[in-house]
Amino acid sequence: MSRKIPEEQYEKTRSYRLKQWLYGTKDPYLDNVEMQPQKPFVEELVVTEERAKERAFIFEEAFREENARNRIWNKLYRAFSVIFCITLVLILVYGVSYLPIVGNPDNPVNNEVAQRYIENGLQETGAVNIVTGMILDYRAFDTLGESHVLFIATCTVLMLLRRDKKIGNPDITYYDEDPNDYTHEPENDLILQIAAQVLVPVIMIFGIYVILAGHLGPGGGFSGGAIIGAGLILYLNAFGFEKTEKFFTAKTYKRMSFGALGCYCMAKSYSFYTGANHIHSIIPLGTPGAILSSGLILILNICVGIVVAGTMYTFYVMFRKGGY
Amino acid sequence: MHSFVQNFPFISIILSLFGGPLSSILGGKKAKYLNIGIIVLIGCLSGAVLGFVYTNGAYVYSMGHFPAPWGNEIRVGVLEAAMAVFFCMIMLLCMLGGIVEREAEVYETKQNLYYIMVNLLLCSLLALIYTNDLFTAYVFVEINTISACGLIMCKQNGRTIEAATRYMIMSLMGSGLFLLGICFLYDLTGHLLMSNIQESVAAISAAGTYHVPLMIALGLMAVGLAIKSALYPFHSWLPDAYGYSTVSSAAILSSLVSKGYIFLLIKIFYRVIGFNVVRESKVINVLFVFGVAGMIMGSLSAIRESNIRRMIAFSSVAQIGYIYMGFGLGTYEAMIASTYHILSHAATKSLLFIAASGLTDASGDETDFFSLTGAGFRNKMAGIAFTVGGLSMVGFPMFSGFISKMLFARAAVLNSGKMMPTLIALAISTILNAIYFLKTVIRLYTPAKTQNLEKDSFRQISVSEQPWKNVALLFFVILNFALGLFSEPIVALIRNGLGMFA
Repeated sequence: MSRKIPEEQYEKTRSYRLKQWLYGTKDPYLDNVEMQPQKPFVEELVVTEERAKERAFIFEEAFREENARNRIWNKLYRAFSVIFCITLVLILVYGVSYLPIVGNPDNPVNNEVAQRYIENGLQETGAVNIVTGMILDYRAFDTLGESHVLFIATCTVLMLLRRDKKIGNPDITYYDEDPNDYTHEPENDLILQIAAQVLVPVIMIFGIYVILAGHLGPGGGFSGGAIIGAGLILYLNAFGFEKTEKFFTAKTYKRMSFGALGCYCMAKSYSFYTGANHIHSIIPLGTPGAILSSGLILILNICVGIVVAGTMYTFYVMFRKGGY
Repeated sequence: MHSFVQNFPFISIILSLFGGPLSSILGGKKAKYLNIGIIVLIGCLSGAVLGFVYTNGAYVYSMGHFPAPWGNEIRVGVLEAAMAVFFCMIMLLCMLGGIVEREAEVYETKQNLYYIMVNLLLCSLLALIYTNDLFTAYVFVEINTISACGLIMCKQNGRTIEAATRYMIMSLMGSGLFLLGICFLYDLTGHLLMSNIQESVAAISAAGTYHVPLMIALGLMAVGLAIKSALYPFHSWLPDAYGYSTVSSAAILSSLVSKGYIFLLIKIFYRVIGFNVVRESKVINVLFVFGVAGMIMGSLSAIRESNIRRMIAFSSVAQIGYIYMGFGLGTYEAMIASTYHILSHAATKSLLFIAASGLTDASGDETDFFSLTGAGFRNKMAGIAFTVGGLSMVGFPMFSGFISKMLFARAAVLNSGKMMPTLIALAISTILNAIYFLKTVIRLYTPAKTQNLEKDSFRQISVSEQPWKNVALLFFVILNFALGLFSEPIVALIRNGLGMFA
């Protein structure tokens, strides 16, 4: 049989603390925290009305007579796209069934090209990792194009999403600044910050290692750059734009990508020019296995890494905020 | 290597490639001068290359220390060099002709991004022209696609962003099919270098093995590039992309970007699959049917259109149809006609776009037909240029369009099986072309009613008011006459170049 105890006495019991913890008004270790139950969602009347109006407008548009015809077309398009995809899949599967069997040593793919890459790759490029030797020395022209693909993709995203300050031309109204953007950022999150403090240096160092050791083992500019870019994004999420803008702004990105791509262009131009004109290249290959070896590959890996890291980070920033 | 001139194709590719990142750190104005300088310089270099290969014949240039199947390589022949010169010329005129619109429509701080796109677009076009390696071609097709998207949406409003999205989806579809085609070919031959693939394909088709995957590879590559160059059923991205983007973008896209892919397809036919294998395949029949359908359907859509820029865009669908119909005929003569039509259409379509922008300037930026009444009197140079372009498209003698129609007809007569459909399609398409182009020209020279003239949106534009546009239009008109009146040496050049391909 239970009996009623006074309020003060009740507050000291375990069951009261458990209840507080359960309902989130109080944490047993940290005292009052933000674990309070959420406030009910209240919307202003104006916003609700506006939304209702928009909804009505969309319905009106959709059920207008000429658009009713479009709906039939939409259904047809959907059906056609399914039929098209299935047909394409069937054609491809049919074609693949006629291709040479995988793993057969007599396949046309196993020819002198692959043989030279595997047998002479180390002597000719100085790279222990044959794949790196292939993409950055044998077929460096393709990779030169590929790194510019990343660059042009960033430029297109910048053109689409960057919100510039309004100067001149008053006709263009969609670039106006939204000063509230910084306030949309999340509050400082202690767990994320502490995790980032531990993880970001490790991620950065690992990324740099992957880039620098690209000619010695698995890795290279593309993968290492992606790792560094991910580290930058994590840092940004933990500490916010104010901190990252101390060392990484639009200007930094511009200069870095120009420096890296320019360096790549110059280095490869030299090697293309000497190669095509049969001039002996002065770039030493070094001892295979050493970190400073394999001629230009190390430099090119660093350039590619910088471009990839900058591209990833810029994409993230552009999609999130539209400016540094 | 014997001559320094042989380095020029490589130097032009690297120059335009480097122009991209360099523009990113420059301001809009400097980037503009840099861009114009690069185009002029590359044009001169390509001219020197053309002179060199005309006397000394084609050569290959290895990109790096490793010979061809292992390293990358580019190949330079008469047709490649001529295309490079021609593309530089057209691009320069397009950039000059749209300078005022571009600076008003592209946001001020984003001007330099526009020039990055143009530089890299030029680089990718040059690489597509010169490359001797299928995978290199694919890499530069990617650059081409992305920069074209940027060019479409640089004037940021709803229509252009929607158009760019459509373009991107369709174009990536095309790239994907093209890549799958390359994969099939690589699995069959073990090579990516064009000349080596050709040897292996010849051996395969002689032995009769792997016929099915070979045809699928050819089909995938042809359809992929056809989607990217807006062959008829895949043209849905085209009218908005050309109709609403800024003028120089529309002119460059219609005259150069689609032509780069078509030129790559010609190279694939001749230098990768081998023209005999292509001729025996059914793939060219498909291209023929689509081409003929495009010639007629494109023109019909253009007739229905009341927006002048969208009308010109739909006319592109018809003209691309002509080129693919030439491929479909599958004869040497037809290939020459198609290649000539690439030049003719590039010169005429960019002329029409820039002239149309001059005419709309004089009509208060209205693009519908009614507002254009009498615009030929208000902006004289643009009116004359549009008339020249329209007559050339219809196929009036003395203009470039006449020569390409004549070459197509001659090629059709030599092909017994497809003679009748080709000639009928040519006739119908010419009549349809005449309907909508002459309708526009007549509209341009119908005096406007006086109450319209009083509106301040209708204004007189003197020749000196738009100097760069008029210079560009003048050169376009000269180019059109040159292609029309001195076609003999140009056709001989194309014949020579296609001969070097095989």
